[in-house]
This record gives sequence, C-alpha cells and structure tokens, in this order.
Amino acid sequence: MENKQTPLGYVSFSVFAWIVGLLIFFPIFWMVLTSFKSELEAISIPPSFISFDWTLENYVEVQERSNYFKFAMNSVILAVGSTLVGLVFAVTCAWAMAFNPTKRTKDALLWMLSTKMMPPVGVLVPIYLLFRDWGLLDTRFGLIMVLFLMNLPIMVWMLYTYFKEIPTDILEAARMDGATLPKEIIFVLLPMAVPGIASTMLLNIILAWNEAFWTLNLTTSDAAPLTAFIASYSSPEGLFWAKLSAASTLAVAPILVIGWFSQKQLVRGLTFGAVK
Amino acid sequence: MNRVMGTALCALLAGGIAQANAETKLTIATVNNGDMIRMQKLTDDFTAKNPDISLEWVTLEENTLRQRVTTDIATKGGQYDVMTIGTYEVPIWAEKGWLAPLDALGDDYDVDDIMPAIRSAVSNDGNLYAAPFYGESSMMMYRKDLFDAAGISIDGRLTWDQTLEIAQKLHKPDEGVYGICLRGKAGWGENMALITTMGNAFGARLFDEEWNPTFDSAEWKNALDMYTNILGNYGPPGATSNGFNENLSLFNSGKCGMWIDATVAASFVTNPKESKVADKVGFTEAPCAVTCTGANWLWAWNLGIPMGSQKVDAAQKFISWATSKAYLELVASKEGWANVPPGTRMSLYQNPKYLEAAPFADETLLAIDSADPINSTLKPKPYVGVQFAAIPEFQGIGTTVGQQFSAALAGQMSVEQALSAAQSSTDRTMRKAGYY
Repeated sequence: MENKQTPLGYVSFSVFAWIVGLLIFFPIFWMVLTSFKSELEAISIPPSFISFDWTLENYVEVQERSNYFKFAMNSVILAVGSTLVGLVFAVTCAWAMAFNPTKRTKDALLWMLSTKMMPPVGVLVPIYLLFRDWGLLDTRFGLIMVLFLMNLPIMVWMLYTYFKEIPTDILEAARMDGATLPKEIIFVLLPMAVPGIASTMLLNIILAWNEAFWTLNLTTSDAAPLTAFIASYSSPEGLFWAKLSAASTLAVAPILVIGWFSQKQLVRGLTFGAVK
Repeated sequence: MNRVMGTALCALLAGGIAQANAETKLTIATVNNGDMIRMQKLTDDFTAKNPDISLEWVTLEENTLRQRVTTDIATKGGQYDVMTIGTYEVPIWAEKGWLAPLDALGDDYDVDDIMPAIRSAVSNDGNLYAAPFYGESSMMMYRKDLFDAAGISIDGRLTWDQTLEIAQKLHKPDEGVYGICLRGKAGWGENMALITTMGNAFGARLFDEEWNPTFDSAEWKNALDMYTNILGNYGPPGATSNGFNENLSLFNSGKCGMWIDATVAASFVTNPKESKVADKVGFTEAPCAVTCTGANWLWAWNLGIPMGSQKVDAAQKFISWATSKAYLELVASKEGWANVPPGTRMSLYQNPKYLEAAPFADETLLAIDSADPINSTLKPKPYVGVQFAAIPEFQGIGTTVGQQFSAALAGQMSVEQALSAAQSSTDRTMRKAGYY
C-alpha cells in the first residue's frame, strides 16, 4: 500500500524535524557563541545572546598557552591510525563470521560486544602497569593499540551486518573464476561494501577522536591529543567558561567539518540494511 | 679513511651524549588555575637561570589530575617529575614513602617564612615533603551595599544563628538576590569542605578517638539542620548543583548577599573585569557556633616530587624557584602585587605594597593563621585535617556522605535519615579498612 503524505503532515513533520535538529545543534552553537564572550559575559545571568562585545581574546590566550597543532596532530594520528589498524582485523574477522559462520558465531559476536560493558577504570591499573613495563606510556603507538582494541567489537559488528547483506553467490562466483582469498576480499567483497566500510571508518574515527579516558590517563605530553587540550582549560577555582568554549570549539572543529561533508555517506552506511 | 669516519662517529656520539647531559627535561603536572598559569608564563625566568633544565607542563582539571597523578605515583609510572598535590595527599603519600623529602631547596629558601599552619600540613615527621605554592582558608564575602541598605553591621565574628538572621533579611528572590550562597554540589572537596567546617563549629568531629564515625551525634544534627535550613530556604534555587565556580558566578553577578568559601575567591570578586560588584564586597571570618575551632578550612596546592623521579635535584631547583620569596617579587614585577600567589609566606603579609593592593589580605591571613589541621575540633580526634581526615579512605567516605547531605538539602531525605545513612556507610568503610 502506497503511503501518501498530506501537505499538512509534510509541513508538521518538517517543523518537528527542524525543532529536533535545532535542539541537538543548540549546545554546539552556544559553545561557539560563548567562545567569543569575555569571562564576565559568559557567566552573566540572564545570558546575552548576540548583543555582547565580541572578542577573540579567548582564542588568543588558548593559542598562547597551548600548542594546538601538536594536540590536533596527535588526535588525527590516533584516530586514523587506530581506525586503519582496526579495519584490517575487523574486515577479516567480519568476513569469517558472515560467510563462514559456525554455531558459535552469534555467541562470539555477543561476547565481543559484552567487553564494551566493562567500565574502563576497572582495568586502568593493569593496563597502566603493562604500559609502564613495555615503555608505552605517553606513546602514540600504545594509544593506537588501546583505541583500536577498544573499538574493534563495534567495527566487527558493523562490518558483519554489512557483509551479511552481500550475496554469498557473488563470492562463490569469484572463487569459481579462480580468485584467491585475499583477491576475493580485496577485489570483490570490499568494493561492494564501500558504504558500510566508509561509515564504519567514520564512526570509529569519531569514537577515537572523542575518547577521553585512556587518552587522558595514558598520556602526559608527547602523545596527548585534543581531549587533554580541552581538559587543561577546566578550572576548579576561577572563571573558565569562555576559554574552555574556545578550546572546545577548536577541538571539535575538524571532526565537525569531516562529519558535515561525509554526513550523506554516514547516514547511508548507518541505515544500510535497516529497511528490507 | 676508516680512521676519519671512526673519529667523526665518536665526535657525533660524544656530541649527542653531551647534548643529552646538557638538558634535563622536567615534566610538571599541574591544575588549571590563575596562579599556576601565571607560573607557566614565567617559565623563561627559571630556564634563564637554569639553562640545563627545560620544563614540560601538563595542565589538567583538578579531578583528572588527582586520578592521573595518583595512578602514576601508586604504580611508580615515573611520568612526572613534579606534581601539584593538595594538603590531603601530602601526609598520606609521605607516610607511604611515595614522595621525596625536600631537603635541598637552597640556603636562601627561608623555610621558616612559610606559614606554620601550611608548613605543618605539608610536613611529616618534621620533614618537608611538598612546598606550598598557594594556600587558602575559608571566609565570608558579603555585599556591603546590601548590608547597609538593610541596616546590618558586623560587630565581631558572626555566629551561624546571626548569619541565618542576616540571610533572612537579605533574601529577596523577586529582586534577584539570595540571602546566602554556599556549596551544595556533592563531593569531598565540594559540599563536604564547607559542611565539615560547620560541623567543627557546632562541636562535631568526623571520628572519635577510636576511629568510630560520629554522624549520629547531636552536634552533627545541629550543623546539618543549620546547613539545610539556611541554604534551602535562603539560598539560590538548585543549590545542590553549586560548587565554587557556580557560586562565584552568582556572587559576581550580584545574586548573593553573602558567600562563604575559599579565600582565593577574594581576588576574583574584587576584580572589576570579572565581577559586577567588585567595589561593594566586604570580608569577614567564617561564622562560629559553639566554638570557632575548625570553623574555617585550610587548603594549599603544593609542589612535590614522586619517589620514582630520576631528576630529584633538578626538580628541587624548580620547586625552590616556584615557591620562593623571589618568585613572589617576580610575579609582582610582571603582573602586580594583587596577582602574587597568596597564603604561603608570612613575609607577604608584612609587605605594605601587597597589603595595599589586596584589600582582603588581613582577613586571609587571619583565616589561614586560625586554621590548625591538628587541633581543629572541640573534642579530641585521631586524624589530621580541618575539612578532611588525612586517611586514604576519606575520599570515598567524603563523596558518599556528601551525596547523602546533598540529598537532604534537596529534600529527598530528612536530616536524620541523611545522618543515619552517613553513619552506617562510614562505619562499614572503616570496619572494612580494619580501623576497628
């Protein structure tokens, strides 16, 4: 049965969608606005909306105090590095589970996901000790390993879901034509799963970019990413909202831009297989 | 040819080793507050005097810093050479042997100039284990204009009953002014810092001589009754979310008639760049009740060296520079006397230039001088600390009890229920920890 939408329904739905969208976007908008206020303006009650003395002093101070590009570069390396390493393991793992399942596959998938349920602080001391003994504290390599392992269950789950949508017959046909396993995965499976892989990568990059427990606890200066940069602007005694907002705006800007340009791909990937 | 190459290689290696010896990098973990940020900006002065030492700053939010440095020092991670730690951590960590004693701060350091209360808080068995960078107590900040308009004058140290009466008179929520602003946010360093000093003033103590918690005493009931009454009825709405910064925002916006909090707030509330009421603020000591003993807290941020550091000598040089009298003069020359880190050195409070620049100096000195971490309760107690007990279990106890007291303030449970819950949870923790 065809679902015809009335003009009134269409308008109502659009208005509702806009309201929800604006509500979600409002905190980010407010953060950007606050970053251009003085500390006194930032705390004033009632808050001023547009009519305040716009200033760049917070951005100047943030630049003076911190080496933003060092933190940003570490964030890029950690997010991209952990995603690429994760992809190598997740693709092979999801391939095996999707096309050669055993009776324990579902259990294995659930078990992998269950590891995400443990609070990270529960394993902080053992991991810290391992990092100390292996000389991995405050190194990008160590953090890439932790972030990749942390996000691996989600990557496997997502890729498994996408791979399940691909007909096995196509892979069998490739095998009949003499394709080896690596060729089958690289030349046949991956091109068909590009939307799924792209959205998995994007989601993983966002998760790694925003990760604030391990990145704060296992770094000091050399490998510290933007989460440490933001954390340095929160103060127990003294006004800091405007400066923190400036630091946060700088920290989320790159990921916001990436998200904006790739939203079509992201939505397509996330809803892939949702409607049959 | 081989000989030439060999010589060149040796020269390169020697150069590399010399370079490595030339520079000792100190990694310093610190909190983000005005005084610490100022110190970072003045790093050049230290490195000019010590060209063989470079400094790497790691600035973190207080709770993150505490978690980070505790993990590092407990596991001997060796990530930091100098740590910013509070007066709560120093005696515990010194006792465990986690901190290096500061015994080479230099002949001109003048350790006797450090305020006795602060010095005692950062010492263990007579040895200094951390050097105070800035210190604070608690006091009352009030709006002189509102007091005048209401015909209120302060004669001597206020009691909590008098404070309640004044709060009633000043409380005009329709005009956007609340009688009193106090910490309501749950946490051992948040509402518990204030409530414990209130408890001290009402004659209560956290533990008796046998380490039994005493939240079931009449003194604690009186203190918590006063706290929930004064803040619940004459404080701002949603007070359970308010910590130092939230109350600072309220006070600076002109919303609080009185505010009892850290003495460092004085420099913020009198700064016209940050406060709308900068020229209308008066200062007086924190209120008493049955006693004034322990009615105001004592806290200091200190610089200490973890035992695992391989650079103790360089770290001591840095600590000596950052907490010296010369450093105070350096800050004054660059940023003015009002911006020097307060509350650690007695000579600062004898300096006429500082007394002129900081109208709150006398009250700050009075508050810090009167806070004694050893004798802070009317009845005898087994612990060190005014607003905390310097035992490892206190962080957990303070947080749990703080949540129960916050629930009482929010009206989710009665004062009796909150005290009873605090008593049983603390008793359980102390029993488990083997105190009795």
